[in-house]
Amino acid sequence: MSLEFTASEMMSVTAARALRNDMICFVGIGLPSEAANLARLTHAPDVTLIYESGTLQTRPDVLPLSIGDGELCESALTTVSVPEMFRYWLQGGHVSVGFLGTAQIDRYANLNTTLIGDYRSPAVRLPGGGGAPEIATHAREVFITVKHSRRTFVNAVDFITTVGFGRDGKAREGVPNIGRGPSLVITDLCILKPDPDTRELVVTSLHPNVTREDVIEATGWDIRFATQLERTPAPSAEELEVLRDLKARSDAHHSSQP
Amino acid sequence: MAEFLSLQNAVAKHIHDGDTVAMEGFTHLIPFAAGHEIIRQEKRDLTLIRMTPDLIYDQMIGAGCARKLIFSWGGNPGVGSLHRLRDAVEKGWPNRIEVVEHSHAAMACAYEAGASGLPLAILRGYIGSDLPKVNDQIRFIECPFSGERLAAVPSVRPDVTVIHAQRADRRGNVLVEGIVGVQKEAVLAARRSIVTVEEIVDDLGASVNACVLPAWAITAIALAPGGAKPSYALGYYDRDNAFYKAWDAIARDRQAFLAWLNDNVFTTRADQGAE
Repeated sequence: MSLEFTASEMMSVTAARALRNDMICFVGIGLPSEAANLARLTHAPDVTLIYESGTLQTRPDVLPLSIGDGELCESALTTVSVPEMFRYWLQGGHVSVGFLGTAQIDRYANLNTTLIGDYRSPAVRLPGGGGAPEIATHAREVFITVKHSRRTFVNAVDFITTVGFGRDGKAREGVPNIGRGPSLVITDLCILKPDPDTRELVVTSLHPNVTREDVIEATGWDIRFATQLERTPAPSAEELEVLRDLKARSDAHHSSQP
Repeated sequence: MAEFLSLQNAVAKHIHDGDTVAMEGFTHLIPFAAGHEIIRQEKRDLTLIRMTPDLIYDQMIGAGCARKLIFSWGGNPGVGSLHRLRDAVEKGWPNRIEVVEHSHAAMACAYEAGASGLPLAILRGYIGSDLPKVNDQIRFIECPFSGERLAAVPSVRPDVTVIHAQRADRRGNVLVEGIVGVQKEAVLAARRSIVTVEEIVDDLGASVNACVLPAWAITAIALAPGGAKPSYALGYYDRDNAFYKAWDAIARDRQAFLAWLNDNVFTTRADQGAE
């Protein structure tokens, strides 16, 4: 029996599968938060989720709209101050994976959430760095989840807010006390991983019903495919049910007046 | 020693045109009532500091209070852009503002350094980022012991910090609970501070390790029930996520914003505090 699912659901389910039960995950808001909580509600019930608002080991029932919703604090093991969060828990080396979204990503997995165009006279001003610049260097590895399009997947980002592997793929070489960087990018079309030598992002798995041409069309550089190109398994009935329930109760929660 | 004032008098007495003002609260306990009072009193040329400008600075920037913004993440959380901030940066409306931007880690450290009386904060940060190229307040130093290259940013030392808290006791000691953000650091880093509270009580009911600011570390306290709305106050009311979503359409359009400001800020009055 084949199930109906959207590309967005495929992305969230695939991103969730990347998290393991023993991981300590520093979670970005939006798509990463959706995926991380789906993981916790399915195959990884004991995964530790940390949000930059200071909430350690939180288990929200609905997806937070902001990084500091009350739900995160009330369901957390404990809540620490923001300086403590960044200094002790992140910089101190306790985070195994940083899970980030972005507005732009390039072939070396550099992320831009600052602006489009020139810094002094931007065409579009984006929110900025937030926690990402240090999450990406202190976490032992980084997962990125973002929708695939030419607007998002650009040859070179306009601004490196958060480093992947730099303009030449070598930004982390010889830097002490730094994580290994992006190890996985999950989109609504495919999975990408950095080439072990050049660090350029390479497609390693296509989602169901997605072709190479779809990915080429949605990518702003001459994208490469792994020799052993895999096919991402479709979502299971359970994954879809849990994801849809989670989204439905989150939407209802955020639309109601307090 | 903390002086109990009405919100109107606290803002009039302690916030002046041209001041550097930090209004903190990390998503939680954002001092909106105080922000609206600053708008009503038409304060100008403020340097506004806040990790996440949020709707409070979107409103103050749109109302023309700001000359400069120091921040680390300027979006409407989970919704999108802060359109008044963008309009000021992209189009100079209602006035141009200077923007100095950091990462969260650097700003959190800068507040902590300010509270510690230090001139700078040191962190392992900004590696590989372009932010140091556009912000000359981000420098790098060599650790004298290990030789490691580390980032340095100046500490945050506001003229005034404004925060909102759950409650004060009658002597002026203040309890902050839940997501405490950088509120304690921001108050201790500032020359003056205003704390708005949900209520004034006989006994704070604080546990032994609670986040309590003693009366002698605060300049002024003003009673402002609901003063963090549409953000939230743990134990009092929830975040009005529906309003955060609705703000997107209000703030997107200059006329809609001005009408909102008129109906919801200029024609209302600050809650009367315990004078």
